[in-house]
Amino acid sequence: MANTIKVEIVSAEEEVWSGEGTMVFAPAEMGEIGIAPQHAPLLTRLKPGEIRVQQEAGEEQFFFVSGGLLEVQGHLVTVLSDTALRAGDLDEAAALEAQRRAEQAMSDRTSEVDFAKAKAELIQAAAQLRAIQKLRGKGRG
Amino acid sequence: MSGAKEIRTKIKSIQNTQKITKAMEMVAASKMRRAQERMNQARPYAEKMANVMAHLAQANLEYKHSYTESRDPKRVGFIVVSSDRGLCGGLNINLFRQVLQSMSEWRDKGVEIDVTIIGRKGLGFFKRVGVNIVSEATQLGDKPQLADLIGAMKVMMDAFSEGRIDRLFLAHNGFVTTMTQEPRVDQLLPVSAAEPDERLEQHWDYLYEPDAREVVDALMMRYVESLIYRGVVENISCEMAARMVAMKSASDNAGNLIDELQLVYNKARQAAITQEISEIVGGAAAV
Repeated sequence: MANTIKVEIVSAEEEVWSGEGTMVFAPAEMGEIGIAPQHAPLLTRLKPGEIRVQQEAGEEQFFFVSGGLLEVQGHLVTVLSDTALRAGDLDEAAALEAQRRAEQAMSDRTSEVDFAKAKAELIQAAAQLRAIQKLRGKGRG
Repeated sequence: MSGAKEIRTKIKSIQNTQKITKAMEMVAASKMRRAQERMNQARPYAEKMANVMAHLAQANLEYKHSYTESRDPKRVGFIVVSSDRGLCGGLNINLFRQVLQSMSEWRDKGVEIDVTIIGRKGLGFFKRVGVNIVSEATQLGDKPQLADLIGAMKVMMDAFSEGRIDRLFLAHNGFVTTMTQEPRVDQLLPVSAAEPDERLEQHWDYLYEPDAREVVDALMMRYVESLIYRGVVENISCEMAARMVAMKSASDNAGNLIDELQLVYNKARQAAITQEISEIVGGAAAV
């Protein structure tokens, strides 16, 4: 069992996948990382991208994450995936929006479109596209 | 025979109402099952999160996050989770009562209160009551998305880390059984220290990427968010269960009413017939 590592991918809304893998690749914030069994304990943030899990039979599993956290604990890789787009300015915009709605509930006002949201959505869309393209390329090859 | 006709239309209208409440009962029952599934699906994340938190408590962390910091309360925050729609019995009212009670306890101590509302019913109620609503999230539907909650939650969590509020509470309904839901007010912030995981050896630390501070920030934020999300999902299960029970008793009540009215109707009909016969007999005797 020394040459496999348990992988669990969960999001706040559901359990995405869990199983054994020989190698895990994840889009950490400082660049893509590869995790082999017996990796040192690690805690890192993820950016939008794909997670690949190589399995013993030579199969490979792909998952798209829009960010989140990854924990390595020697025998276990836990991916706490975000279901939503997270970015500092985007969260800020959401917070302001919620605040504005609360104010609006007391008095009425109209809203504007914000760029932070559009930008973060674009980033996610681009990452999603890349993941799909990779999957397609794999399917043909 | 005018009384009998009126009663008949009344029975018809109650039957129509009963059809509606029966349909709502069945819809609520199936939605409740799905809501419970979602509650179960959200569980692994919360468990994994708690695990990581426990590991983190074990690790030699040089950085202490602001969410763990306990201060003397001068201003407290409440996140109140309510339903968007009514017709679910006393679900929301019971919760609001609990919240108001706990609010008035704080007010008696001279502590001020900020409120974040999730759900339309709560918004309407607390607007009338006149508390300070700082953020809100409504129209989440039966399948709440974390993304729709982020803004409302962030307002409160930022207020805590910036020291504008000193405690944060989450008020929601806890799902006990289909028949009982329990209003709860739990403390979210400062977070209570997680139990260290006994199986791991002492004295080690994670490798952090990019650095401990940022990672722990992100982790803490998601931990609190997952607690709130769980509360919201659980509240929806409660809403459906409460609606199912409320609609069932409404259907039963309608059935009782129909039975009673049917008796009254029969009597009125008989009286009318008797009267008619006695009039004919009386007329015949007079000839």
